[in-house]
Amino acid sequence: MDRPYDNRAWLLVLPVLAIVAFSAVIPLMTVVNYSVQDTFGNNQFFWNGAGWFKELLDPSSDLGGRVLSSLGRNLAFSGIILAIEVPLGIAVALAMPREGWKVAATLVLMAMPLLVPWNVVGTIWQVFARGDIGLLGYAVNKLGIPYNYVSDPIAAWVTIVAMDVWHWTSLVALLCYAGLKSIPDAYYQAARIDGASRWAVFRFIQLPKMRRVLIIAVLLRFMDSFMIYTEPFVVTGGGPGNSTTFLSIELVKLALGQFDLGKAAAMSIAYNLVILAVCWVFYTVMTNLDVERPQAETGAAS
Amino acid sequence: MSAETATAAATASSVSRARSGFRIDGGAITLTLYLLFLMLPIYWLVIMSLKTNAEITSGMTLWPQQITFANYRTIFTDASWYSGYINSLSYVAINTVLSICLALPAAYAFSRYRFLGDKHLFFWLLSNRMAPPAIFALPFFNLYSAIGLFDTPWAVALAHCLFNVPLAVWILEGFMSGVPREIDETAYLDGYSFPRFFAKIFMPIIANGIGVTAFFCFMFSWVELLLARTLTTVNAKPIAATMTRTVSAAGMDWGLLAAAGVLTLVPGVLVIWFVRNYIAKGFALGRV
Amino acid sequence: MARIELTDLAHSYKPEASVPADFALKPMTLTWRQGGAYALLGPSGCGKTTLLNIISGLLIPSHGRVAFDGRDVTHLSTERRNIAQVFQFPVVYDTMTVYENLAFPLRNRGMEGKAVDARVREIAGLLELTSSLGRKARGLTADAKQKISLGRGLVRPDVAAILFDEPLTVIDPALKWELRSKLKALHRQLDVTMIYVTHDQTEALTFADTVVVMHDGRVVQAGQPDELFERPAHTFVGYFIGSPGMNVVPATVEGNRAQVAGQTIDLPLSYDPPAGQRIEIGVRPEFATLAPAGEGLPVRVERIDDLGRARLARLRLGDHAFAAGVPDGLDGIGDHAGLILQPGHIHVYADGQRLSGRA
Repeated sequence: MDRPYDNRAWLLVLPVLAIVAFSAVIPLMTVVNYSVQDTFGNNQFFWNGAGWFKELLDPSSDLGGRVLSSLGRNLAFSGIILAIEVPLGIAVALAMPREGWKVAATLVLMAMPLLVPWNVVGTIWQVFARGDIGLLGYAVNKLGIPYNYVSDPIAAWVTIVAMDVWHWTSLVALLCYAGLKSIPDAYYQAARIDGASRWAVFRFIQLPKMRRVLIIAVLLRFMDSFMIYTEPFVVTGGGPGNSTTFLSIELVKLALGQFDLGKAAAMSIAYNLVILAVCWVFYTVMTNLDVERPQAETGAAS
Repeated sequence: MSAETATAAATASSVSRARSGFRIDGGAITLTLYLLFLMLPIYWLVIMSLKTNAEITSGMTLWPQQITFANYRTIFTDASWYSGYINSLSYVAINTVLSICLALPAAYAFSRYRFLGDKHLFFWLLSNRMAPPAIFALPFFNLYSAIGLFDTPWAVALAHCLFNVPLAVWILEGFMSGVPREIDETAYLDGYSFPRFFAKIFMPIIANGIGVTAFFCFMFSWVELLLARTLTTVNAKPIAATMTRTVSAAGMDWGLLAAAGVLTLVPGVLVIWFVRNYIAKGFALGRV
Repeated sequence: MARIELTDLAHSYKPEASVPADFALKPMTLTWRQGGAYALLGPSGCGKTTLLNIISGLLIPSHGRVAFDGRDVTHLSTERRNIAQVFQFPVVYDTMTVYENLAFPLRNRGMEGKAVDARVREIAGLLELTSSLGRKARGLTADAKQKISLGRGLVRPDVAAILFDEPLTVIDPALKWELRSKLKALHRQLDVTMIYVTHDQTEALTFADTVVVMHDGRVVQAGQPDELFERPAHTFVGYFIGSPGMNVVPATVEGNRAQVAGQTIDLPLSYDPPAGQRIEIGVRPEFATLAPAGEGLPVRVERIDDLGRARLARLRLGDHAFAAGVPDGLDGIGDHAGLILQPGHIHVYADGQRLSGRA
């Protein structure tokens, strides 16, 4: 923990700094520049000051209304998938085998959805959930439940949530599994000696050991679901109506679809600020856990 | 001592066997159902790629009546299809190499030293991993057009550095922090220079970490499409974007779409197979 | 509180064990009396931990029977055996306070609140944990954590036995002594069977009234510390206990005479060693003294070590290394000297096992 203080370390960080600055700062400056201007096309820009930002924060305007409702949908989406993926991921991790060939087999199968290009994830579910040629859509309709994600907003949401659960639960499960694997056997033996119930083992041994990885899992899942674009875009295109139009979809529509650069830029900045704020909270929590770690670990060393 | 460790390991394994022995196997049921849920959509994609379009649209069959490889033949013989794979793999490879080379020294700095603004810098890097690519789509388009890299693999590879470099730094820092600093000090005392120490001693120690990092860089570059599609038109078009071509005037070519989809799964499966033993630790980003 | 009987007990980690090498624990029959303080002593990998885990029920033995007070518990789970066990590395429940940690085994068994409180405070007092009862266990030092682990083992008033698996490995040496004497005091006070696993002979000899020595999956001797010292039942016990260990040299024995390196040694008892076995005689250095050349057996002197309180001679008897005490006042020893063995302390071993002689 007592790392030496040495500002020459900056030299080692410099290459990373250069590339990330090139990739992040220059574009962000463009965005800020756009956000205070308006255009009539033909690359003619004029000063608009904070106009777009005022509109953005005003729910009664067109822009403000669209952003607010897509923000709401995004938050609802993130909430739903976290509520499903975290408990399911923990349950799957607890059920995973600990030894033998089954471990490798399970890991490989579980990791597969994570390595599928995101638009192919969309394609897979687009096909799988269709009523005419998809197994899922066909089976659900056969059961007498009307299901069509193209016309029914609820069906569209169910499809997108199922797709996200399919795509990302393995990430949560693999993280938790890594946390569980780090628990020495003596803990389970001691718990048996102490007469602990299965629940107590989970509550007092497994959950505390998974806490750190769970925070990483929640952080990654929240952020990635908050900027989800490709998968729902392929499946529903944001519809029916605007029912699955999330922030990123709205933004790309504005920027590349309508070339409303000013609005899009202002929205980008607001979007990024929200992300930064959430990220900061998680980062603070995680660094605090890092401080606690060394003492906690010395005991478990084996 | 090694004999003791062996006994301890043997004890541990047979103890855990005894433990799982009397648990009600709700776990196995959960796991089986979950894996089934994961595999069904993939199964559907695979068998669809082996069907003719006539069979796909004419009715529901759980198994192709007549297996056809025509869809795959189309992809492997048509340059506009298979060049998509080559484009994708080339920018993914460039990005992975670039990310790791840049991230290695930075991760070392973060894991070994404190310096002015280190915490803020680390946070700022991480925040870029979290930034929505949608924000960057348009500015990147302008930027890479301006410097003449538009529609080359380099544009996509550099753009993906935006989230892969911070991720690589983060993962490598986790692995490096697990290596005791005494190793560095011993090497310096033995007269190693920093570059020689780094290449000869340190890199082999964190080889697993580098493998895991490469896996993640590959993964996130391979699956991303928004930026990859925005920054390419013809020459460097990734396979995932090529797939949108199947929507044509003549209606959807479902079989071809499915076959292309199946082929995009293959590199992922291969990569997972190579890292399967480190996957669990890797997903915890070296932080367990 | 219970008497623990192991009958024809053996264990193999392989499902189909046939040759002795497959067994981590070779067949043994042993009784641990109620209220005893036992030490299970042996080098790393000799099967101590396996035996301990079988007694506590963490491991089901592949062969034989475990009984508590005559009741067969071989296939009973740990929870139903009423055993406490403390592990080599501290196991604490991080998110609980020290108090909750100590109360945990009691609450799990449905003990009533007031009784829990009284018991927790009593044990905390004994281990000097009272002042940190309200603290979270997470931030404590390894010493304090191991005290908590000990406390959780000691807190249950009704256990059949408490098993310690090298519990003081991570503890600071100064505190080690203190904790060991505390355990000893607790043993007297609680009248509970304690089994203490260690590879450190000092720890074993100071803690236990009966020391069980294990070697290569076998119990080679169980006895009081002075028995182990004076009459090692196995050459291994001779080597392992005492510093330096017992001198063991190959010999041929017939009746009450032993031939070693061409010399004849008179034995107080007569032996009929079985044919075809490896015959050795053993004498502890404490019962062998150096004498001027010409007395006793002729030996070559390699060097004399000054151990402070005593001097130890490193000798060669024929080709065999031998250690012996140097009496005060014997100085100016040359390359050649004599060796005198105390007759009552010469033991005869066949394939490592001590033979009992006839008068």
